[in-house]
Parts: sequence; C-alpha cells; structure tokens
Amino acid sequence: MNFSEVFKQSNQLCKVSPDGKYLATCVQYRLVVRDVSTLQILQLYTCLDQISHMDWSSDSLFILCAMYKRGLVQVWSLEQPDWHCKIDEGSIGLVSSRWSPDGRHILNTTEFHLRVTVWSLCTKAVSYIKYPKACQKGIDFSRDGCYMALAERRDCKDYVSVFVCDDWHLLRHFETETQDLAGLEWSPNGCVLAVWDSCLEYKVLLYSLDGRLLSTYSAYEWSLGVKSVTWSPSSQFLAIGSYDEKVRILNHITWKKIAQFEHIATINNTKAVVYKEVEKRPAVGSDDLSLHNITIGTTLFNTQSKYEICPPPVQVPVVKPDPDRANPKIGVSTLAFSSDSRYLATKNDNMASVVWVWDMQKMSLLAVLEQTSAVRCFQWDPRRPRLALCTGNTKLYLWSPAGCVSVQVPTEGGFQVQSLNWHCCGETLILLGKDQLCLCDDEKIGGNTPLQILNFTC
Amino acid sequence: MPESSLVKDICSSSIECRPSPLRQSSQSSLPLHRNYMLSTFCTEKNVQECLSHISQEVSSLGLPPVWMESGGSSEMNVVAVLNCIYDLIQLHRRGLRTLENMEVEQLKSSSNLDYLQLTSTQLKEQLELSKRENTGLLERERQLQLKVKSLQNCLKNEKEEVQKLQNIIASRASQYNHEMKRKEREFNKLRERLNQLLVDKKEKKQAIDVLNNIGRADGKRSLWKTEKTEAKHEGEMYKTLLSDYDIRQRELLLENAELKKVLQQMKKDMVSILSSKKPTLKDDQHQDDDIQADLEEEVFDSSKESVELYCVHAREKLTNSIRLQWRRLKSHVERLDNQGSLHVIGRSKNTDAVSRETHEEEMDRLKLEIQQCKDFIQTQHQLLQQQLSSPYDEEKASLLSDCYMLQEKERFRDEWKTLEEQRKIFERERRNFTEAAIRLSHERKAFEDDRATWLKHQFLNLSPFADSNKPQMSKSKSAFLISSAPEKLIKRPSDTTSPTPRCVPLTSPSTAELYPTLCLVPENRYSV
Repeated sequence: MNFSEVFKQSNQLCKVSPDGKYLATCVQYRLVVRDVSTLQILQLYTCLDQISHMDWSSDSLFILCAMYKRGLVQVWSLEQPDWHCKIDEGSIGLVSSRWSPDGRHILNTTEFHLRVTVWSLCTKAVSYIKYPKACQKGIDFSRDGCYMALAERRDCKDYVSVFVCDDWHLLRHFETETQDLAGLEWSPNGCVLAVWDSCLEYKVLLYSLDGRLLSTYSAYEWSLGVKSVTWSPSSQFLAIGSYDEKVRILNHITWKKIAQFEHIATINNTKAVVYKEVEKRPAVGSDDLSLHNITIGTTLFNTQSKYEICPPPVQVPVVKPDPDRANPKIGVSTLAFSSDSRYLATKNDNMASVVWVWDMQKMSLLAVLEQTSAVRCFQWDPRRPRLALCTGNTKLYLWSPAGCVSVQVPTEGGFQVQSLNWHCCGETLILLGKDQLCLCDDEKIGGNTPLQILNFTC
Repeated sequence: MPESSLVKDICSSSIECRPSPLRQSSQSSLPLHRNYMLSTFCTEKNVQECLSHISQEVSSLGLPPVWMESGGSSEMNVVAVLNCIYDLIQLHRRGLRTLENMEVEQLKSSSNLDYLQLTSTQLKEQLELSKRENTGLLERERQLQLKVKSLQNCLKNEKEEVQKLQNIIASRASQYNHEMKRKEREFNKLRERLNQLLVDKKEKKQAIDVLNNIGRADGKRSLWKTEKTEAKHEGEMYKTLLSDYDIRQRELLLENAELKKVLQQMKKDMVSILSSKKPTLKDDQHQDDDIQADLEEEVFDSSKESVELYCVHAREKLTNSIRLQWRRLKSHVERLDNQGSLHVIGRSKNTDAVSRETHEEEMDRLKLEIQQCKDFIQTQHQLLQQQLSSPYDEEKASLLSDCYMLQEKERFRDEWKTLEEQRKIFERERRNFTEAAIRLSHERKAFEDDRATWLKHQFLNLSPFADSNKPQMSKSKSAFLISSAPEKLIKRPSDTTSPTPRCVPLTSPSTAELYPTLCLVPENRYSV
C-alpha cells in the first residue's frame, strides 16, 4: 500500500469528483482542486468566508462552496476558472445547500427551514418550496436523478412531495401516516420510497413512485423505534436498525420481515469468525528513553496491532447508556450494504468498538471485528466486498471475506484517522484526520499487499 | 335407672314366678323328683350310705352334721335334719338371690355394652367423617397454595411489565423533553430573528450573481410548463414503475420455473426410489397401484406443455403429489430404520461391536491426527511470529543468523583447510620447480659456455690434441648428468623456434611452462 503525503484540510471537507479524476479539499476559505493520480494542485479558488459545505456537481464541472454564517454560496467552474457565481440568501439565512442531480440547480434551505429556494444557474430563475420539514433526512433524490422527494409539514401533519427534477414540476403530493416523519429514502431502482417515523414510534412506510401506500411495517410498540434505515444496492432488501439492538430485513416482494439480526453480548455462533484487535507495544530498553528518541520516535507511541481469531464463546464489551438522556447511545445506528448486496455491516451503539458483518445469502453472522477503541467510520469498497474502517487512531483496518488486516498509516506526527472515503474506482482510500488528509493506494487488486504488520488470518 | 328397675321387676317377677312353678312342681314335680331322686339316690337298702353321704355333703357345705355315727342307730336326728334342710333352703334362697342379682348385673352390663357399642359406632362414624373433612380441607389448602404461587408469579410478571413500561415512559418522556427544549430553542431563535428583522432597516435581499448563464446539462432547451409536459411526466413515471414491475415479474417467473423444475425432479426421484424398493417391501399392494398411477401421471405430465402448470389446479396437484410422495418416502425410511435396528439387535454382537469399535478407533485416530497437525501448525505460526516480532538482539541475531548454514560452514572450513594445505604443498613444489628451473638455466648456461669453449677449443685445436677438453668435459659431464634431459629439451625448442642457446632468460619461467619442458607430469594433480 502506498500512502501519499499529508495535506491540510478543514472541516472534513474533502471530496472526489464523480468521474474520479479530481480531488477537492477545503482549507479554511480556500478551495484546492488536485488531480487524483498525481496530487498536483490544478486549481485554487478563494471564497469569501470559511467554507461550511462543499460539493461537486454530478458532471464534475462545478463545485459549490457554502458559507452558512454569511448566507453565501459560491460556485466555481473547473473548465473556466474565471467563471464565478455567488448566491446570497440575504437576511433569510442559510442552513443547508445542495446540488440538484442535473448539476445546474442549487437547492438552499433557509434558516428555520422556512423554505427551500431552487436557484437555476442556467436561467437565474428562482423557485420556492414551502414548508419543508426539519428532520434527519428531509430531501432525497432518486438515483437516476429524475425525481426528488421532499418531506413537508403543514398543520401538524406530515406530507411528501415528489418533484420532477427536470422542471421542478410537482408530480405527487400525499399525506403520510406518520406521527413525526424522521426521514425518507428512495430505493436504488427509484420505484419505492421508504419513509420512517421518529424514534418515538416504530413505523416504516413504503410508498410507490406514484404515491400509493404499498406497505406498513411496525415491529413493536411503545419502546424507542427506528434508528437507521438503508436500502440494499439491488433494491431487494430494506434494512432497518432500531433501538432494541436488532436489525430487521424486509424483502421487496412482500415487504415483510425475512430476517432479524440480533447483536448479542455473548457470541456462541461457531460459524462466525471473531477478529479481535490486539495491540503489541514494541520492546523499549531503558537506554532508548533519551529525549532524542522520544521526539523523533513516533514509533514509540505507534503501537502495532494485529488481529487474533477468538474461539467462541466470545464476550463483547458493552457500555450501558445513561437512561435519563434523550437519544441514548444504544441501538443500531450505522448500516451499510456491500456493493454486491452480499454483505451487511452494522454497528450497535452500546457495543461501539465492534463491527458486525452479516452474510445476506445465508442470513447469518459472518464476522465480528472487535477493535480496541470505538469505531468511528466504516465504508464498503464500491467495487468489491471489502470493508475499510477506522477508530480514530493511526491505523486503517480492512476486512474482506479472506481475512482481516490492520495497516499503520506511516506519517510523522501521528495522523489520527477520523473518517474515510473510498474513491469510486475502489483502489484508493481517502483518510481524513482532524485537519489533515492522506490518500492511500492499493497496488495489487484484491488487497494482498505487503504491509508493516501483517496478520493474514483465514 | 329404668333399666335396672326393669331388670329388678323382671327379676322379682321371675322370683315370683319361680316359686310358683316350684310350688306347683313341689307338689307335682316333687314326687316325681323325689321319685327320681329316691329311685336313684336312696333306696331302703343304702340308707346308711345315703345318710353318711348326705352328712358329708352337708358338712362340706359348712352346716352342722346331720347324723352322728356314734349314735349307733340308724335313726336320724330330725331336728338336725330339719335344721339342715332349713339351712339348705336358706342357702338355696341365697343362691337364687345371688343368681338374680347376677342376672340383673349381667343384664345391666349387657345393656351397657350395647350402649357402648352404639356409642363407639357413632364415634367411629364421626371420626370417619372428620377424617374426610380433614383431607378435604388439606386438599383445599394445597390448591390454595398453588393458586397463591401462580398469583405471585403473575404479580412478579406484572411488576416486571410495569417496570418495563415505566422505563419506556421515562425514555419517551426524556425524548419529549428533549424535543420540547429543541423546539423552544428554535422558537426563541425565530423570535430573536424576527425582532432583529423588525429593527433592521436594511433588508438584505436575496440575489444571485452569475458571470454568464451556463447551458443545461443535457444540452437541450428547457420547455414551458404546459399540460403536455405534465402528462409527459406522468407517463414517464408510470413507465418507470411498469418497467420495474415487469422486471420483477420476469424474475419471479424464472424463479418459479426453476422451483417447479426442482419439484418435478424431486418427485421423479422419490417415485423412482419407492418403485425400486418394491420387491423388498411386503405390504405394498396398494402402493404398487399408486406408484403405477404416479408413473402414468408422470408420463402424462411430461407430455403436457409447461404453460399448463401455471394454472392453479396443476400447481396444487403438483404440490399434493409431492407431499404424498414425501410422506411415503418418510414412512418407508422409518420402516427401514426399524428393520435396521432389529437387524442390529438380531445380529451377533461381535460383528456389531467390532464395526463400531473399528469405527470409533478410526475416528479417534483421525482426531488425534487432526490435533497433531493443528498443534504443528500452531507451533509453526508461533515461531514465525516470534521470528518476525522478536526484539533485535545483536548477539543472538548474529548467532542465529547463520544457524541454518552451520553444517555447511563447517564442511567448507574443512575443505578450505585441506585446500590451504594443498596450496602450501603446491607452492613448495612450485618453489622447488622454480629453483630447479633456475638451476637448470644456470646449468644450461654453464653447459652452453662449456660447449662454446669446447667448440672453440675444437675449432682452435683442430689438431688431434684433445687434452684440454677434459676438465670441461667433466664439467659438462656433471652438467650432462643433470641436464640429460635438457639435451632433449634443447633439441625441442630448436624444433619449435626459440633458439635457447643464444640467450637464456634469467627470469624463472612459470610453473606451467616448466611442466612441458621438464616433461614432468605433475604427480599430484588435485582435482577439486
């Protein structure tokens, strides 16, 4: 594995263009565009204030930089560096800003979610959408970019509006049977919209594209309900993670539960492989503790680690959350399907240092990865079934059905990996620290690379 | 006591009654009695004996004697006899009285006994009753205890339920509070913003500032929003939905076809299995018919179009027949199982035990092998890990670095030694050779000088004087001895080209050159 040098970034704003050629990073108020393969700086733009949000347009030609405090959005062009565009929301404020799927409209959500303003870069025209709902995920675009679903709330009732992204024509507007809509998501094939209620009520509603209610699913009453929802890339499954530490899988034919995955504290399953990260401190002789060595030797504090396979039964560390606080740290908060829909990775919040990998063909637990500290971020490789995760230390962890690997990021000064993103080709990983970023390249296909501390366990 | 009085009355009546029959009988029966008595006990002949007997009897009864023997006469003392008779009557009366008393007593006691028996039966009944009541009460108590336990369990469950609900309520309450606070904060922010806006004179308007308009992504011109476009959108939406349903339906059809094929295959297999087992079964008359029917059905089915199977009835028929076959197969397998177990029991135990034993032995052996292999792999792994991760220790490292080559190193050292020795010998020999060569060149030179002088002498002394040659001859002789070979070799170089007599190089020729010149085959040829 090759690791690039470390670059500066701020606010964890670092995105690869959709075509995979460019890498855009924000450093305070500057926008830096580099070439992904050579990491040479191609363009440098300066914005008027510190950038809060940055995003590529879908055709990789434009980048929007939003500055929420100032209520400004600036759009830069890659082809014509001289071209500029500034959208000032004025006194109405700005809370979020995003591209439309065609890359020519910008949707700004004003402060207090008063309205959504649709700015057109082609015609300078403006449209308004009233009463958007302020919830976890109120806007979603379908994958093919044709339709947009927006959650609204009028007169204490929840509605969903479906717009055609072509000309922002309102296609459908229907009321949902939710108490307090928390989020909505299109299925990858764009035909079904999943709508879920807030955590006070377990309810997941499935609407067809034309607004008909296809099915309602509610696993239980009264206890805290849905925490996270995700579609499988093939649109076959809908995975619902809830506060009762279980994941329920619904199938797309009957919309009934076909499997339930429980995250139990004692794993007795003999078919699942439990990988436990074990740290090894390098042996330090008393002579070595000179100042010279301490200042230079980051190796002293970079403990090496490797994975060990633990035989069942395995006890997983559980942290009981505070019962009096709202949004308790319990339940399945993160779900991710691999790109071929074969695997599902989950994280249970009261077992924060453990990542569970489930096999969707056999509907059973396949692997458990127990780390030394809480898992911060994990993401599947967009091309093959490989999971990369990080826990906020200087290491990068990779899991694939063949085995599990822990890689030390070889940078000086201790680069703490706080989040990571795969490049769309699946060969490069972008590691983000607190205010640094680093790219990591995988030379050989399949990830069989010589690493510093390698433990290939089958 | 009424009973005793009754008894007394009875007794008195009996007493009254008694004397009357006695009186009656005293007149009637007495003579009979007397007659009886007289006839049997006393006759005129045995008066004396009777008298003595009677007096004995009387005296035994405690009365004064009736007759004294000393009287000498057989005449009785009438007074005494009368007294005796009176005493006897008294005694008799007393006896009767006691008898009456005793009868009364007996009656009393028998009535007491009856009474007691009655009371005892009554008490027994009461006891039985109370025992039954007791068991009934015990039973009730047991049932009540069971009920108490179940109620306690219910109570515990309810308490747990209540606790759970309370927890839920608490979490919901905290969630609501959180939301409320959030909304309140937002509301406050809104209020502040509103105030600010009212106060603020300058209202910053929304504006967009673009250098130049950019084209649409797809390059087309945008259309006016008309009913046509709306209809178009609707149409497109329905198209996407329909295509999705189409795809799904196709997939489902394929899946169904696959599954049906599998079911058909399964049915065929089951039928074939059952039909092949026909001769081994005993009671399968009706099964034969069924199997025949199935086979016919099979033939019939395969001739149909697969499209036919999509209709509900055909599907049901297929599933029913599968179920039927499966049930038959199951029963068949169960039968075989039973037969098998019977066989096992009936067979000689040796063979059975042996087979099981061997099987177990085999298993144990395999397990042991597996364990050994695992241990081996584990140790290898550990060693490898140690190797990779052990701390760097110079001495150890240097020691261990060549550990694999130690043997070879030793061998090489020995060989080196021998080679060194050989080299030394070789050097020595070479030195000898060079010395010999030097000597040879010197001698050759001397010989040449000798020859030259000799020739000179010969030339100069062409006269037949040959005296002066001798000392040179001796010299050359001595030289000749040593250089008998050189003569040859002098000839040789003359053949080749080098005229050695002319100049003899003082530098020692190399060993290689010497060897052919000396015609010496090196004896010690070391072939390494």
